[in-house]
Amino acid sequence: MLTKQISIFVENRAGRLAEIAKLLAENDINLRSLSVADTSRFGVLRIIVDDPDSVEQILRKKGLAVSLTSVLSVKMDDRPGGLAEVLKVLADNNINVEYMYAFQASNNEAYVIMRVDNDLAAQDVLVKAGYKGYCKF
Amino acid sequence: MAFFNKHEETMSSDEMSSLQTERLKKTVRRAYENVMPYRAKMDAAGVKPEDIKSVDDLAKLPFTTKQDLRDNYPYGMNAVPMSDVVRIHASSGTSGKQTVVTYTQRDLDVWAECVARVLACAGATKDDIVQVCYGYSMFTGGLGAHYGAEKLGCSVIPASTGNTARQILMMQDFGTTVLCCTPSYAIYLYEHMRDNNISMNSVNLKYGIFGAEPWSDNMRTQIENFLNLTATDIYGLSEICGPGVAFSCQTHKDLHVNEDHFIVEVVDPVTGLRQPDGVPGEVCFTCINKEAMPLIRYNTRDISALHRGKCDCGRTLIRMDRITGRSDDMLIIRGVNVFPSQIESVLLSSGNVDPRYLIIVDRQGTLDQMEIKVEINSSQFTDQIRGLQALENSIKAELDSALNISAKITLVEPGTIERSVGKTKHVIDNRRLD
Repeated sequence: MLTKQISIFVENRAGRLAEIAKLLAENDINLRSLSVADTSRFGVLRIIVDDPDSVEQILRKKGLAVSLTSVLSVKMDDRPGGLAEVLKVLADNNINVEYMYAFQASNNEAYVIMRVDNDLAAQDVLVKAGYKGYCKF
Repeated sequence: MAFFNKHEETMSSDEMSSLQTERLKKTVRRAYENVMPYRAKMDAAGVKPEDIKSVDDLAKLPFTTKQDLRDNYPYGMNAVPMSDVVRIHASSGTSGKQTVVTYTQRDLDVWAECVARVLACAGATKDDIVQVCYGYSMFTGGLGAHYGAEKLGCSVIPASTGNTARQILMMQDFGTTVLCCTPSYAIYLYEHMRDNNISMNSVNLKYGIFGAEPWSDNMRTQIENFLNLTATDIYGLSEICGPGVAFSCQTHKDLHVNEDHFIVEVVDPVTGLRQPDGVPGEVCFTCINKEAMPLIRYNTRDISALHRGKCDCGRTLIRMDRITGRSDDMLIIRGVNVFPSQIESVLLSSGNVDPRYLIIVDRQGTLDQMEIKVEINSSQFTDQIRGLQALENSIKAELDSALNISAKITLVEPGTIERSVGKTKHVIDNRRLD
């Protein structure tokens, strides 16, 4: 359920995301999911890939400022209330979510990527509640 | 704590001030009477020698610049006939004519004493064997260190520069205990010994007197560990005499100025007014005990700040910070003097080992704006936006307090600040003054 997310420092200027996307394409890197957090001056591009360690090395060699972060990837029911149930488990156990984003893998499978303040404890309580991670990671 | 001239080096400020006043009055009169460029400058400023009654009156006198020395090349600034000159040195100018400096026998004696003070402060005595690896030539380093070491009574090896293998052989065979050279050559000597498997135990170095180029306190600790000696910083410039104008002591904090021979002032680069103690500005020296070429308020364009009070080493001589830059690089932003080197040292202390930055100055309406772009590196990058904002804020807070001016900090991606060969271009000034 725990997986490594790659974060990339991105300057806030037109065309920069397109350049980074092109770099990922040229290096044959397939994205499972992504999100962008931004301020007025810079942003952080967060991506989920199949082989984070080697992708991190590739991006670092290309001169980008990158870091690896441990996040949770949780499979949830793709129906109204699916996310609310996951979050309730964390809330009941006093675990704080810093940020999250979601993606759909197939017709009935949705996943949420979460960064929490205590990833090991979060994993424990979610597994106990019957949740599973995304097998590919 | 050892002194070469304890009386002068530990004088009370009143005693020093009256000694300086007496010497300054004499110097200004001699300069006015014998050096035509000084007479012309003082007449133009409406100042007569008798107007100089105290050290504070120095502020009435015009500055001397390197250009004055070039304009009066080679002997126009001399206050004595050539029959009294016993030595000529010159500093290589990067462009145009050399800067020529002349000495009487008494000038050489005073210079040697200044250097002897440095050696004694470092810990050297007449029992030491001093190897001088500065160039013996028109450059003041070699002969300056040489005569200073002889004055202290040391055994001097005039090794001069070059042939590192032979330098090391002399250290081993002649039992060198004191090394005089540039800090970068000291590191080179160490690397040569390391690469050639020469044991540090085969030499017996105790003290190093290093100067002639700027170096950091980190570099000092490095050299001390490499060569197993204690290092002293010697500062000087040929226009004033050569090495020995100022020196560091065992506290390694700042540099003691031999102010009984050279009055030091720090002035605002724009207004020319004296800065309060502790505030950086251009360092100016007045030679008050020199016969051949008594320069008055010579502006070095080096940037430093002054400090008064008794040092832990016992010296009462006025102290100046290590040189932090040159005024040629200075920016004036909202009336505040800003040096790129100040910004660099803040970035270094924020944990960035090789800071890449660009200062962009612009004017919005009537107000100057300063933005500093700083390349982020992977070791500082955190996944969290608030971590990045905290990094920006901490750099900003440190810069605000170091510069006394608010700057906008923008983190940029690695490799985005243009590098010119060997040297990064640090400033873009977009202000239009029309």
